[in-house]
Amino acid sequence: MSDVVEKTLTALPSLLSFDSQPGSAKLSSTSKLGNLIRGITELTSKHEEEKLIQRELTAIKEQVSSPNTSMRQMKELMVRAIYCEMLGYEASFSYIHAIKLAQQGTVLEKRVGYLAVSLFLNESHELLLLLVNTVLKDLQSTNLIEVCMALTVVSQMFPKDMIPAILPLVEEKLNHPKEIIRRKAVLALYKFYQIAPNQVQHIHNKFRKALCDKDPGVMTASLHIYLQMIQENPEGYKDLTGSFITILKQVVGGKLPMDFNYHSVPAPWLQIQLLRILSLLGKNDQSTSEIMYEVLDESLRRAEMNHNITYAILYECVKCIYTIHPKSELLEKAAKCIGNFVLSQKINLKYLGLKALTYVVQQDPKLALQHQMTIIECLDHPDFIIKRETLELLFRITNAQNVTVIVEKMLEFLRISKDDYTTTDLVGKVAELAEKYAPDNEWFIETMNTVFSVGGDMMQPDIPNNFLKLLSEGFDSVEEDRKLRQFAVDSYVSLLQDGPGKLPQRFLQVISWVLGEYSYLREELEPATVLRLLAKLLDSKKTTSETKSWVLTAMTKLCAGGAGVSVAQEVSETYSSSLDTVLRQRAQELQHLSQDSELRERVLPRDAGLESIEVDSSLSFLDGFVSEALAAGAAPYKPPHQRQEELAQAKALSLEPYGLSLPISISSCSIADRQSPTLLSISSGLSGDSTDLSHKGGSTTLKLDGVKRVWGRDGYLAQRESVEEAAHVEVPSPLRSPSQQGEAAGSHSQTPTPTATPEPEQEKQQLASSLFVGLSSQSSVCLMGKSDLPPQRFRRKAKSPGSSSGTSESTSNSLVSPPSAVDNLLCNSLLDSTVSSELAVSSPEPPPPQLSQGLTTANGTCDAELTDRDVKGRSSALIKDNGVVAAEDSDRPEDVCLTSHLPAELSGLSHSEISPLCSHQSLDLSACQVHTEDSLTLVVFIHNSSASDVQQVLLQLESDELEVSCVCDGPVQELRSDSVAVCQYTLTVKRPAVHVEVSGLVSYQFPVGTPQSVQFSYKLPLTSFIRPLTVSTEEYGTMWLAFAHDTKQNLALISEGQESLTATLNVLKKKLQLHVVEIIGMEGIVACRLLQNQLCLMHCRVHAGTLAVWLRSPVPDLPDCLIYHCQRALQEH
Amino acid sequence: MIKFILMVNRQGQTRLSRYYQPVELNRRALLEADVVRCCLSRKKDQVSCSFVEYKDFKLVYRQYAALYIVVGVTDSENELSVYELVHNFVEVLDKYFSRVSELDIMFNLDRVHVILDEMIQNGHIVETNKSRILAPLTALDKMADG
Repeated sequence: MSDVVEKTLTALPSLLSFDSQPGSAKLSSTSKLGNLIRGITELTSKHEEEKLIQRELTAIKEQVSSPNTSMRQMKELMVRAIYCEMLGYEASFSYIHAIKLAQQGTVLEKRVGYLAVSLFLNESHELLLLLVNTVLKDLQSTNLIEVCMALTVVSQMFPKDMIPAILPLVEEKLNHPKEIIRRKAVLALYKFYQIAPNQVQHIHNKFRKALCDKDPGVMTASLHIYLQMIQENPEGYKDLTGSFITILKQVVGGKLPMDFNYHSVPAPWLQIQLLRILSLLGKNDQSTSEIMYEVLDESLRRAEMNHNITYAILYECVKCIYTIHPKSELLEKAAKCIGNFVLSQKINLKYLGLKALTYVVQQDPKLALQHQMTIIECLDHPDFIIKRETLELLFRITNAQNVTVIVEKMLEFLRISKDDYTTTDLVGKVAELAEKYAPDNEWFIETMNTVFSVGGDMMQPDIPNNFLKLLSEGFDSVEEDRKLRQFAVDSYVSLLQDGPGKLPQRFLQVISWVLGEYSYLREELEPATVLRLLAKLLDSKKTTSETKSWVLTAMTKLCAGGAGVSVAQEVSETYSSSLDTVLRQRAQELQHLSQDSELRERVLPRDAGLESIEVDSSLSFLDGFVSEALAAGAAPYKPPHQRQEELAQAKALSLEPYGLSLPISISSCSIADRQSPTLLSISSGLSGDSTDLSHKGGSTTLKLDGVKRVWGRDGYLAQRESVEEAAHVEVPSPLRSPSQQGEAAGSHSQTPTPTATPEPEQEKQQLASSLFVGLSSQSSVCLMGKSDLPPQRFRRKAKSPGSSSGTSESTSNSLVSPPSAVDNLLCNSLLDSTVSSELAVSSPEPPPPQLSQGLTTANGTCDAELTDRDVKGRSSALIKDNGVVAAEDSDRPEDVCLTSHLPAELSGLSHSEISPLCSHQSLDLSACQVHTEDSLTLVVFIHNSSASDVQQVLLQLESDELEVSCVCDGPVQELRSDSVAVCQYTLTVKRPAVHVEVSGLVSYQFPVGTPQSVQFSYKLPLTSFIRPLTVSTEEYGTMWLAFAHDTKQNLALISEGQESLTATLNVLKKKLQLHVVEIIGMEGIVACRLLQNQLCLMHCRVHAGTLAVWLRSPVPDLPDCLIYHCQRALQEH
Repeated sequence: MIKFILMVNRQGQTRLSRYYQPVELNRRALLEADVVRCCLSRKKDQVSCSFVEYKDFKLVYRQYAALYIVVGVTDSENELSVYELVHNFVEVLDKYFSRVSELDIMFNLDRVHVILDEMIQNGHIVETNKSRILAPLTALDKMADG
């Protein structure tokens, strides 16, 4: 411990007396603040505290509003109010006075005023607007201290809308001679960048200047901005890599002034920041990574001093080395470093070592093997967090062979854990592992039982959903499926017999579904017995009504036979008068179906959980009813948007009914000529209520489509395979000493020699060999190798290959010929270029230059002579003519061949440049966007460049801002060597943002090996979703008034003179696909929409040489985002 | 990212709190009590880790005599660097107050906040150079005296 503690310790006795305090000496002990503080220190109970603070608040309230209170007194009052708020008592009456103090006080008082404001108010508080003037005044002050504190408060909180008011002043400060002002100005700009990136769009070059500032403090401040910008877009800042490296070199080399040192380590936090930036830049980028190796090596070497802060730097360095493109020499050093951490006696270091290890085992599982004994010791560590971190590590290295031991350890921890958050998290992980690596049925069901009992109602809902889905989909072998289900039934029956009182609701729901669906598999089990067990659940007071409806549905499936019917009748009578409508519904169904067994067979066929229900979404079976109603004079149906438009036009509520409400009689409803699924009409006949259809379908046959699946179908591998495999894989027997394994694994073995090991030690070694089994088999693989793990036991049943595979699609693609280039040219030249609304559809891409055989025969006459370049040159020209913002095809040959893989239905449409997403081992992913008038499709190409085939390629995309729906779902079963699979996703905007990002995970596996996965992200501008909106000026006017969200900003005109407005608007029209509604004199109105009809209107006026733009939309944030893109479009012009 | 920084004494009384992510006033007291319980219940320095898992984030804490400094950080943060940051903060306080004590902090809450504002902004570490951290405050003091 440091000398500071000792110092504070020696000061401790004086804490108890007030007289000898140097700090308190400044304040007279009779002052009000002094009294308050004394009062606080003497508190003994919460009740006393409340009394004291309430008294204090009353006193403060009285004084602040008194006109005689001086600013000096006000300052003290504010500190007292801060105290009250710190203890949790609101002092909102003082907020306005804090602002006043900042406005009127002299420097120290002003500082306290600003401080109180920043402590009291949050960023969206309306009072903050009152601060703007004060800040404005202080920024212009000649007193540097005032400028300084204004900048400080600005970088803490500032109303977003008022940024333009002070931005020029802040920018000006970037050139201030004093470093502290420049530094704070950079931090203020960082704040602006965080809350309104579009506002500081134009000063990116000033950030660069700050990065090169001669003062290290200013440079350090600019790194915050860069870290964030690089996180958002690493590609954009690769050119700065060299600068960051140079800076780090200088810092590490001790070139900074001495006062930047902390315990003789040069600017450690700066080093950490730089290392983070470098790891972002070097990720998945070999050439950028290569120039970092030297400085990383240097950092590792320099940080050998024995101090916490150097360890913190080392940790960041190790993370960086494992994030960027690997270099074996560095990896070795980093591994050694982790070893030192993990083995350290200092517990904080041990923790950091485990954390680092957890991070790196994904790249190099071998590393865990080296430290197996330490890891085992950590498992029994008295400190909870060490245990927790160890489990996290084990979770990452789990494979089919060690899964039982690891899951057991996790469950052990779960049983004693009291923290809800930890429980939820760990339960999810156990379920994942169990599903992925289960060695046998019994183990799987028992583990899941524990998961359900421990996780209870806290666990994520997709755990039971996935479990049931897995159970119903089954595996490759019918016999295996039957055994698994039988075992589940047995297990649940015995659980129910033992008393279900303590079981969580979710578990009971799972149990009732499984029993309802599969108890017939146990022939000796009487349905009536199961029914009675289920009926008992209904009687329990703890059972929620949701569970009850699961139970009733299960009973409906089981109520065949004499004894069953009587139980069913009894239950249905009780619940058919229930106040809960769902329960009443279920009870009615139970009653009907228990009496009519033929009907039941049709509604609830046995083992049909997987058969998909055809839902007739067009409701064609109601056609007869509709035509009857129309004949009787009802108004035709209008979709909601049409109704709204009409309403807006009428500017008044339409009081007319939409249709006559005729009594619905299902029998009178003649089924229309279109095929109507029988299941639907039957159940609708049954319930007499067609709205219940989807609900019923869902609960009886468990259609779990749309449920998020964390693990793909590839979780299971065939058992037969693994048995064969086991013969080849070298499995270390428990008797083998860990040091032998260690030797096999590498030279860093830290384990003791096996001779004469005491008993507990032996236990640990046994545990080690069971925990780390499977990791050693790949000891000879290179550092980054991880493809040789033994396979898992089961493989889930494969879906029929034709259903979804991308490869089949790409083959079919080559058979369908896209429109020929000549046709396109003609078609385009005929198009009137002013018809901007047509653009996306009418700007087809020429056919891929590398034509497959099918293509050449189809349009061989026209473009056989065209060279690649010709085609490309024309295509980009075409695209430009139509105003589509689509990047030109790049010259890389890979793109060219990928283009040929575009699905047939998309190949005629305009698409963006095909950009690489990520590559992992031998899989290269790239993507492009395809625009049509009312959709945006993201096409992902998965290219297998390796010599071997890849299996079970599954791509999952998600996004915060977007709705992602997959056009072709399911994994690609097999991707042959050097072939390409294509996946399509339709994207729509959920929440507008300047840039939206889709993050994805692709998982796949080699024929022999563990599943691999790699993450990537794809960023696209909002402009990709913008389409022109054709409206008349009148319609525009009506809409304008109806929209609530707006924003205003001045933009630069692109040219001078009369035509400047038209020219500017044309640029916007071209680049952003806006529709120019009308231009009258110096004013223009423009309209556009996001896909799925989120409208945005824009009003432009030329005023004093700038373009005053006013945007309105019903969607929050949309105007802000759009103005950003307008600004950019004009700048780039 | 730093979520908040707290100074609490052994009795669990808050001596300073600064939040970098909005937490409603009425929930702060609860959070603080919970956090303090988490840290106080732990054994002495050598045996247990200075980092505690708390909900979906981590707490980094350090004890100075009767005072605990607790920092809430996101999982991506480097805990050890925050641990040292706390010490740097205490060293700065020590330099300013020359032998800082709990009462110094209580009687000069505004000044301690000013120091903290120089070091951490919006949850990011913005300055660690001791003399630069103290420069604005000492200038203020001089102006107030003079």
